[in-house]
Amino acid sequence: MNILEARAVTKRFGGLLAVSKFDIIVQERSISSVIGPNGAGKTTFFNCVTGFYKPEEGDILFLEQTICGMSSDRITSRGISRTYQNIRLFANMTAMENILVGQHARLQTNLLDVLIHTPRFIKEEASSREEAKRLLNYVGLEGRGDTLARNLPYGDQRRLEIARALASKPRLILLDEPTAGMNPRETTETMALIRRLRDDLDITILLIEHDMRVVMGISDVISVMDFGQKIAEGAPKEIQQNPQVIEAYLGRGMAAGIDH
Amino acid sequence: MKNNSNFLSKIRMGLKPHLRTIVILVIAALLAALPILDFAQRAYWVRVIGYAGLYIILGLGLNVVVGFAGLLDLGYVAFYAIGAYTFGLLAGNHFDIHLSFWLIIPIAAMLASLAGILLGLPVLKMRGDYLAIVTLGFGEIIRLLATNLTGLTNGSQGLYSLDSPYLLGLELKTGTHFYYLIFILVLLVLFIVFRLDRSRIGRAWVAIREDEDVAQMMGVNTTRYKLLAFAIGALIGGLGGAIFAAWQGSIFPDNFNLFVSINVLCLIIIGGMGSIPGVIIGAFALIALPDILREFANYRLLLFGLLLIIMMIARPEGFIPSRRRQLELHAEKEAGMRKPSRRKGEKA
Repeated sequence: MNILEARAVTKRFGGLLAVSKFDIIVQERSISSVIGPNGAGKTTFFNCVTGFYKPEEGDILFLEQTICGMSSDRITSRGISRTYQNIRLFANMTAMENILVGQHARLQTNLLDVLIHTPRFIKEEASSREEAKRLLNYVGLEGRGDTLARNLPYGDQRRLEIARALASKPRLILLDEPTAGMNPRETTETMALIRRLRDDLDITILLIEHDMRVVMGISDVISVMDFGQKIAEGAPKEIQQNPQVIEAYLGRGMAAGIDH
Repeated sequence: MKNNSNFLSKIRMGLKPHLRTIVILVIAALLAALPILDFAQRAYWVRVIGYAGLYIILGLGLNVVVGFAGLLDLGYVAFYAIGAYTFGLLAGNHFDIHLSFWLIIPIAAMLASLAGILLGLPVLKMRGDYLAIVTLGFGEIIRLLATNLTGLTNGSQGLYSLDSPYLLGLELKTGTHFYYLIFILVLLVLFIVFRLDRSRIGRAWVAIREDEDVAQMMGVNTTRYKLLAFAIGALIGGLGGAIFAAWQGSIFPDNFNLFVSINVLCLIIIGGMGSIPGVIIGAFALIALPDILREFANYRLLLFGLLLIIMMIARPEGFIPSRRRQLELHAEKEAGMRKPSRRKGEKA
């Protein structure tokens, strides 16, 4: 089943064509990657999917319903979540609170519940904290819940961002360069975590990544972008041998290197 | 003997974690007893601290907007004015309407809150400096309307000989009466803002302050929550205004100049942005301190300004910086107490 489908999505900034007639189909429970040189329009496309930008043309369907033009918070409650290329945690909130904010869309209590502490409020607060603790443990941040997000080490911040994205119980997660700046060991751990998201939690993953070891290692399907357009799509093996991709992005050495 | 000292040290150890609560309770009890204690210049001090209490109310209200949600509002006096004029018009001779104070209070709060939403709507897309300028203008517009809509507000002549509130047949008119009225209202507003702060609503506001775009991506309807912050902030400001009008018994447009907004903002910054105890300390420091400095006569404001500058250089985060609550250990304690059933097969 298609979980996400983009049809001829086009996004312009003034005269610049950032994304041009971009199509993609993401299968449910797959791990798909979007790769391409810097400035190819990958993050802009993510921003279109999450409602931060509204594309000028084309349509984006999530679970066969259009989400094009919706606000981010509504798209999140439909079941899409994301992380950011440059970490964007709520820096002055604790790790735990970051996750609690991530749960926002699923919580029910209103102003009245909050003011008079109805049983519903007390129950929801307790269960959401319990759930947040489980998410902390899940990404390996046990005991760091009361640390301010800005005081966490870099790798932990990346993991916290994933935990926060999980808090809304999404069916699709967009990861924007999840292993950027990580050392080889952290990268391997993150790859394992991404696989677990799919295998344990049935979450579909769409990621942007520059580390070819990660991309080739975990992707089912890879889409290659250049100058806002899709220039290739296929399984990792096919992409590595695609002359156009080698020309635009991988380079001859890289393509050869991965084979060995 | 040994047993006895053991017993005492046990008490001391037992009290230690509650020290903060005890200090707060003692100060609160002293403040509550202030008007009935016997000391020199009692009436004067009751008035000064009552006035500081009024500013605590305003500070707590503006803190919702600026401290929690991070929306820089320089026109907060507008809501104070709306509350005050609501009381002035509904409890005086100007239109010869004489409603009960207890009826006017909710009306004033609601009108101010409505004004908060009306101000909020056009400025939703604005951030930082731009928002500050627009709200500054809004504050001035309300003051100018109060000055120039002479038919409605009696212009710069103001509204005077306003009705006193009655409580169970007792006419509230002395400083002590209003001291207690304000005292109770401070407690009520404290209760409200504490509960808001420790809820998904408070967290959504802080998330908006930290990063509005990401907050929206996390599912926070930022439009709705920003309007809610404006509405609640304004509501509390309107409440303060109505009490002020009832206490002073008269109001003039000049009571609602820019300096009220600036003062309230300053007390929040001095106390510690977003910090509720900070607002209380800030109000005492900013409103009561100038009176204590009275002895220095003409140098009073100079000294006061210097103190502010030194304070901001030495401790820019404020007297009591807002601390994020420790939740992880808390969750453990509460989980132990209520044992939430972990649903089987649940994610994560």
